[in-house]
Amino acid sequence: MSYLPYVVAAWICLVGIAGIATSRNLIHLAVCLTVTQSSSYVLLLSVGYVKHGKAPIFIGTKVGSTAADPVVQALTLTDVVVSVAVIALILALALDAHRLSGSVDPDGIADVSG
Amino acid sequence: MSRRMRMLVLGPALLGLGALFAWAIAGLPAFGDYRGPYGFVLNRVVVPLRHTTNVVMGTTFDVRGLDTMGEEFILYAAIVGVTLLLRDETRSRQAERRTSRLDEDAVRLVGVAMIGGGLLVGLWLMAFGYITPGGGFQGGVLAAGAVLLLYLVGSHRDYRPFRNEHFLDPLEAVGAGGYIIVGLAALASGTAFLTNLFGLGTTGTLVSSGSIALLNWASALAVSCAMLLLFAEFLETYVVPLEPEDAAS
Amino acid sequence: MTWIPPLLVAIPLLSAAVTAGLDHVTPRPIQDALVIAASTATTALAFVLLWHAESHEVVEWFGGWRPHHGVALGIDFAVGPLAAGMCAVIGLVVTLALLYSLTFLREAARLFDALMLLALGAMCGFAMSGDLFNLFIWLELMGVAAFALTGFQVERLGPVQGAVNFAITNSLGGYLFAIGIALIYARTGALNLAQIGNALSHGPAGGLVIVAMTLIFCGFLIKGAVVPFHLWAADAYAVAPTPVCAVLGGVMTDIGLIGVARLYWSVFAVPFGHGHGVGDVLLWLGIATAVLAGTMAFLQRHLKRMLAYSVVCHIGIMLAGIGLLDSSGLAGAELIFLAHALLTAGLFFIAGILHVDHALIDELHLRGRGRGSWALAAAWFAGTIGLVGTPYVGIYLGHGLIDEGARPWVLALLWLGSALAGAALLRAGARIFLGWGDVEDELLGRAIEEDPVERDVLRPLLVGVALVSVVLGVAISIVPGLGQRAEYAAERFRDTSGYAATVLHGRAVTPPARLPVSIRHTSLESILSATGTTIVALGLALVGLYRSRLPRGVSRAARRTLASPIRVLHALHSGVVGDYVTWVAVGTAVTGGIWALLLHG
Repeated sequence: MSYLPYVVAAWICLVGIAGIATSRNLIHLAVCLTVTQSSSYVLLLSVGYVKHGKAPIFIGTKVGSTAADPVVQALTLTDVVVSVAVIALILALALDAHRLSGSVDPDGIADVSG
Repeated sequence: MSRRMRMLVLGPALLGLGALFAWAIAGLPAFGDYRGPYGFVLNRVVVPLRHTTNVVMGTTFDVRGLDTMGEEFILYAAIVGVTLLLRDETRSRQAERRTSRLDEDAVRLVGVAMIGGGLLVGLWLMAFGYITPGGGFQGGVLAAGAVLLLYLVGSHRDYRPFRNEHFLDPLEAVGAGGYIIVGLAALASGTAFLTNLFGLGTTGTLVSSGSIALLNWASALAVSCAMLLLFAEFLETYVVPLEPEDAAS
Repeated sequence: MTWIPPLLVAIPLLSAAVTAGLDHVTPRPIQDALVIAASTATTALAFVLLWHAESHEVVEWFGGWRPHHGVALGIDFAVGPLAAGMCAVIGLVVTLALLYSLTFLREAARLFDALMLLALGAMCGFAMSGDLFNLFIWLELMGVAAFALTGFQVERLGPVQGAVNFAITNSLGGYLFAIGIALIYARTGALNLAQIGNALSHGPAGGLVIVAMTLIFCGFLIKGAVVPFHLWAADAYAVAPTPVCAVLGGVMTDIGLIGVARLYWSVFAVPFGHGHGVGDVLLWLGIATAVLAGTMAFLQRHLKRMLAYSVVCHIGIMLAGIGLLDSSGLAGAELIFLAHALLTAGLFFIAGILHVDHALIDELHLRGRGRGSWALAAAWFAGTIGLVGTPYVGIYLGHGLIDEGARPWVLALLWLGSALAGAALLRAGARIFLGWGDVEDELLGRAIEEDPVERDVLRPLLVGVALVSVVLGVAISIVPGLGQRAEYAAERFRDTSGYAATVLHGRAVTPPARLPVSIRHTSLESILSATGTTIVALGLALVGLYRSRLPRGVSRAARRTLASPIRVLHALHSGVVGDYVTWVAVGTAVTGGIWALLLHG
């Protein structure tokens, strides 16, 4: 039980990569990319959990009482914004691909190669 | 590679990665057994030093403020990038219309209540971000989402003011650029970039935490404008033929 | 002088916000001037910082959060001469690219400029940062800006494909890096590089650290287009606008390598530095990259794809130099970077000018069309010779320094790769500017559709920028004193304990003994091997040009042995992102497995 969150994070990452590599739709692929990134959130937040610790918000609680790690929460917040930025770009590219070729299949838009 | 070949190569690779992850997990401290110094020190130090009770926000906007500045600009880059990538779409845009209108009054009522509630909660999260759980980002996203509900619940005309790029672009630049200017102000006054210069006020009230409050509002502005701009860009590509009843309105 | 590092990031970022925000308000000439001014100011400040960093390690703690008892609370920029030098070259290349693009890209110019400035700020931040998560932030920022810039020409499918492949592979690399950060944080409770290094010196480095290192390095190697993570590079460079190619190929891809170097010498050298395991894998990856990319360059007819593979080839050489783990290897990599950044940018600029002049970018289609453009021809050949590393031209000094540290067969493979890439460029130059060579060559595959042409360009400006780039790049090997300073910068960079002491405890760096201002001596073996490389490159170029005139027996034997491997190579570079991600997974798993075997216990 004490390693379950880490295993969940690893599973999410592997499933996400499998999804990206086998995806047939750019929008699905963007979501798979987000899923892969969410594995890093799960991992970060699990690492910072303190048993019997409260949230690191000290209104009404005394400073110095057991609280969870605030750093990983700040990092996760930043990470989420990064994923928003990337998914926005990939969705815009998916729209462009659909406009130009009528399909959003990543296997199908291979115009240049070699 | 054909898809079949790809699966054959991918399978063992993922197994290998899984084995590496398992090996790494074996070396991790157990869940709940956080040992490192960083979090413990900050939990003790940020409240007295910066008069902000929300240590997460204190970390985000002060101790690790440079990360947040970079992240603001990542969002900014995404907006500029999406505008760049979708510029052809808007060129071919015809008049935008919605095909269907929400008929059920009950649903519209709930929607309007959600918009109001969402905006209020969003503003509250933004305003009290450095005191109670919340912050500029969370509040900004929620407020922008509530505004987007307007598009779903009302008509496209109701939503049009929130798609005005000439208004949103400069606002977002102010939010993102404002962050840097606060940092430069610290540099100009002889301390390090992004040092918390302003009066720290009383812990637990709205007037506290110095520049964290300013940066909190700057990022709230930047994030809400960024989300609205994103929605505007994507909605512009939504071209639907004219319906007779829409032509009249 | 600690106020300079934040400005190297703040000025470009703020200017980008102002540029894009005031898009509809200010007139165009003022906006152009603002953008060029911001980029030039950043470059100038970087040079000032470089001059100062020689005798000091410039450490700026953001927000005033200085470390206590070896625990770092805030984020720092720790700048030595190597990092400052990188910022200076990055600024220089971006400024040249912005000048080039002044008239080159009329539409959406403000958005383009804003993204270029954001990329500039992010690259400087990455080069200077001393905090693990901060590195991730700058990596993502430069990535997001680059993805959008690559897809600039939205009228065609190729740019969309290139941008998609670029975005997905590099974002995945970033996320692997993030997972590695979480693992390191769990183990050490710190994000500051110096502090992590200290924390890892207690206790054995188990699987956790090895896997974290694999994930972090693979994230950087994806950005740096190292085999097998390099597949996105040619797709992206083939379709991006020319100034973007110059920045991507000249500096942004190389930034991944400085991440590897920084992470190794501040963090992973502590647990793993007594052996060569980490360096050997990097060395092998570098050799594989150099040879593979050189070969692929030779098989291209699209000038920008050819240049893309040339970039990847030199990345391989630089990575091999880093993998040698000694000062001369790292200094050699630095010097190659300096020359290669400017020369590659220059060659991309020339390719862009050819495209503007003739609406063609294909080597075979352009055959003979360049006759009469003497300035372009001279610049192209000078740039190519500089990239091959003929004695005392371009990358030669770096070549000489790497020669000092490596075994002969390693060097043979590296310079073979360089010769192949150089041969491709020489062949292209001879075909285009001299009209030599066969008219058709099936070895090079089918043509790729041409991009639309820019009109209304100020051609003298384009030519001027290209010439400046090439001349500066060629001259790197003969700048007096540069070699010795590069070696000193490398020694400072490799000093793990010194870095930790300076960053965490503020210990001052002892200024160096007066460094000589003379052209560094290289060994006779280097001169001979560089000359040999040049001759091989010329020979291969001639073979490439006149393949049809080879004796029948030779060509039949060559076809029998080489046809299948070449077909396999082309098939692997399929343009499909699912394949690329598969190779990323394979590469990460294999690299991790090898390091597990080499470093465990």
